[in-house]
Amino acid sequence: MSDTTSAAPAEKLTKKQLKADKPTWCPACGDFAVLASFFNVVQKLGIPHEKIVCVAGIGCSSRFPYFVNTHGIHFIHGRALPLATGISLSRPDLHVFVFGGDGDGFSIGGNHLNHAARKNVNLSYVVMDNFVYGLTKNQTSPTTPIGQRSKTDPRGAIDRPINPMAQLVSSGATFIARTHASQVKHMNEMFERAILHPGFGVVETLSECTMFNPGSFDDSIPRKGGVFDLVNEEEQDLESIAAAMDLSQDLSPGKFGVYYETKRPTKNELEREWLTDARNKAGDLSERDLLRQRFASLR
Amino acid sequence: MSQIASPPATSSDLRNAVIRLAGNSQDGIQSVGAFLGQLAGTTAQEVMTYMTIPSTISGGPSIFQVHLGSGEVLHPGDRADTLIAFYQHSYDGHLDTLKDGGICFYDSDEVEELKDERGIIHIGVPFTSATIEAIGGSAKSRGKNIFVLGLMCAVYQLDREKMTGIIAKKFGKKSEDILRNAMLAFDAGYAWPVHDIEHMPMAPGENDAANRISTDGNTMIALGLIAGGVRFGAGYPITPWTTIMEFLRSELPKYNGMFIQCEDELAAVSLALGASYSGHLAITGSSGPGLALKAEALGYASMAELPLIVVNIQRGGPSTGLPTSVEQSDLLQAIYGSHGDAPRIVLAPKNVEDCFYTALEACRLAKKYSTPVFILSDQAIATRLEAFEEPDLETHWQDPELDLSERGADFKPYPLDQLTRHSPPGARSSEGKYPVVTGLEHDEWGHPSGNPNNHEKMTEKRRNKLVNFAKSLPLPEVHGENEGSLLLVGWGSTYGPIREATDRLNTLGHKVGSINIRHVHPLPDGLGELFEKYDHILVPEMNDSGVYGYGQLATLLRGKTCNPKIESINKVQGISFRVLEITSAAEKLIIG
Repeated sequence: MSDTTSAAPAEKLTKKQLKADKPTWCPACGDFAVLASFFNVVQKLGIPHEKIVCVAGIGCSSRFPYFVNTHGIHFIHGRALPLATGISLSRPDLHVFVFGGDGDGFSIGGNHLNHAARKNVNLSYVVMDNFVYGLTKNQTSPTTPIGQRSKTDPRGAIDRPINPMAQLVSSGATFIARTHASQVKHMNEMFERAILHPGFGVVETLSECTMFNPGSFDDSIPRKGGVFDLVNEEEQDLESIAAAMDLSQDLSPGKFGVYYETKRPTKNELEREWLTDARNKAGDLSERDLLRQRFASLR
Repeated sequence: MSQIASPPATSSDLRNAVIRLAGNSQDGIQSVGAFLGQLAGTTAQEVMTYMTIPSTISGGPSIFQVHLGSGEVLHPGDRADTLIAFYQHSYDGHLDTLKDGGICFYDSDEVEELKDERGIIHIGVPFTSATIEAIGGSAKSRGKNIFVLGLMCAVYQLDREKMTGIIAKKFGKKSEDILRNAMLAFDAGYAWPVHDIEHMPMAPGENDAANRISTDGNTMIALGLIAGGVRFGAGYPITPWTTIMEFLRSELPKYNGMFIQCEDELAAVSLALGASYSGHLAITGSSGPGLALKAEALGYASMAELPLIVVNIQRGGPSTGLPTSVEQSDLLQAIYGSHGDAPRIVLAPKNVEDCFYTALEACRLAKKYSTPVFILSDQAIATRLEAFEEPDLETHWQDPELDLSERGADFKPYPLDQLTRHSPPGARSSEGKYPVVTGLEHDEWGHPSGNPNNHEKMTEKRRNKLVNFAKSLPLPEVHGENEGSLLLVGWGSTYGPIREATDRLNTLGHKVGSINIRHVHPLPDGLGELFEKYDHILVPEMNDSGVYGYGQLATLLRGKTCNPKIESINKVQGISFRVLEITSAAEKLIIG
């Protein structure tokens, strides 16, 4: 659990160094832009190559780690956040990034989202929300709008979709932003701010599934006649939960930008504080002698 | 029986005493048992305890049984020599656990009806009012457990000075008032005149090893994990696993580690795997139902070849079942409980002391074989007290390691013919190519691959780790006869009763041997040859005989050795085997 520091100085990474397997996404999938944006931001921030960890669960977007040449782990469905929590807490020297979709994050892994957020685990989480299950070929997802047809809702979805922004606000995430895969500049800015945020930073990213949900986000793409309506940060109180909840009420297509941002001690800091105190209390005793002392108390 | 000096030990002194305390869980009868256990640890005596706890929040009938012995003590005792009954329901419910001619101390303030049977000696003592009188009016019924402790110390002529020392250590931390009241209650119990029986002094203990400690199995697992190099853990509360997570949560920070309480079992195993992927030795654990929830992630660990220690403190199942009782019905779940062909190692400690060494071995094996390693304990070992020699940390301490050295061009995580290698995040790659650990089938370099031949080869590779490990295992040591009419085969906490049954059967003139298998999966090679040396093989297990008539280990042993002589004796009452139950089943088999 010891802090480890890199001996080598951080070199500026090139796109070539960061690229790995050719993405297996369908042509024109929104996730390509998310990948490109991630490369841009990581290059700009100059994080040491070996300190970057990409974590994902299961789904189209969860293939992300294969397309990035960094340490990565492709885990089971819905559990990327708790796995990443284990990495982040046990290795504070790393930069932990979690990627996934709406099914992985809001359905099978929904409860982990609440808890990673309330614990304020130090990591960055990008949800590529396409309102549909794509990898399993067009079933209803937790964000599918009412009335939209899928193979599991041939008459149109009947269940009210969850509201990811409201859920994130109520569960205590400390950086919450919303962006759009077609708006590269905005996406870059949101990712950068999430990464620089100390604690749990989430960026809900609308990312079109061109195969099963084409045109789903056109209403927020200006060149397709939509409106990309930005949060006015001059007027918005970013530390107000009530204001963030207000913003979250209308997501069709809703506003884009930072909904909420605050500073709260991270789980990482709080756990480490205990650890440091406990070690200080132990004084010069080695770990082995500490255990010996523990045995003596059982005599 | 007031304040007389202990007479010198004579051959007529008691070598064994089984005391059963029956009351309600809030009466502190567990602490009386714990005090007696601690005393045994400091006086070179052996001890084993057994308790039942109701699965209610507070209250309800509860018992604590202590078996004290001058020599080896292997089981908590079939029948009690002495019963302490706090209430009518304690008396009515437990009188038949007393042996013929046994002694029943009962609270004459609470218990009325007396049955005169089997030569049982009844001694009424007003636990409640005598305690109130000793402490003063405000005490209500608190402290009567300590009164009873004093009474037992006098009856069995236990070391009074050491016992008061233990009480002072326990209550001195709280407040002077509490300590004073405890001492008053103890002295009143010790001085209570008992007329109907003679003193029954315990013979001095024979185990004179230095540094003896007394504690329970869950504590020893936790201590073993720390000594074995575990510095990260994650869990979710469930009885009877919880005390391990409580212990590690408070203790690990001192060792530069941490234990995280999670939102659910799936998160817990995932956090632990995250720490394991990051290069630490990590642990998660639970009891049966929680393990079922972790099953998917364990399949992942098997596929991605990540080391992980998994503790399962078994209880009565399925479902919520008997949450505070003992059972051994999770063996097959531990071995096979996942999806696909997902090999893992399963170890079972035989008693409290063995929990420490099993945990150490689990740490070594997880690191060596990069696979989940189960520590399959049970409620009985988890909660009972035993006294034994303190482990030698000079020999057993394993420093935690985190290897972040640069990985060269030849780095291959999953070589077909070698053990798994890891490149945790933070480790530089000289070639600038970084690995993705995956649950998809992959080739030797870790790249996802759907190639049919590759899947077969990699499945074989993961299986062969266990095949080779099984070859390296020694056969379990045989207790009793090395060949003969019967071999008793057990695993886990049936160790004590089986060993005692072996001795009793051999005293009766039978030729009986017994083994306890710690490595329940994979099983050591050579068991088949050992079984050939006996006419009968009998496997006592605390699980059901199932549709095909054999317990879970017996089923595995029949599968491994194809030996049709293997028979089962099963018990699923939520309580451990009595020695008598094993000896009668054995005799039935031998005599036919």
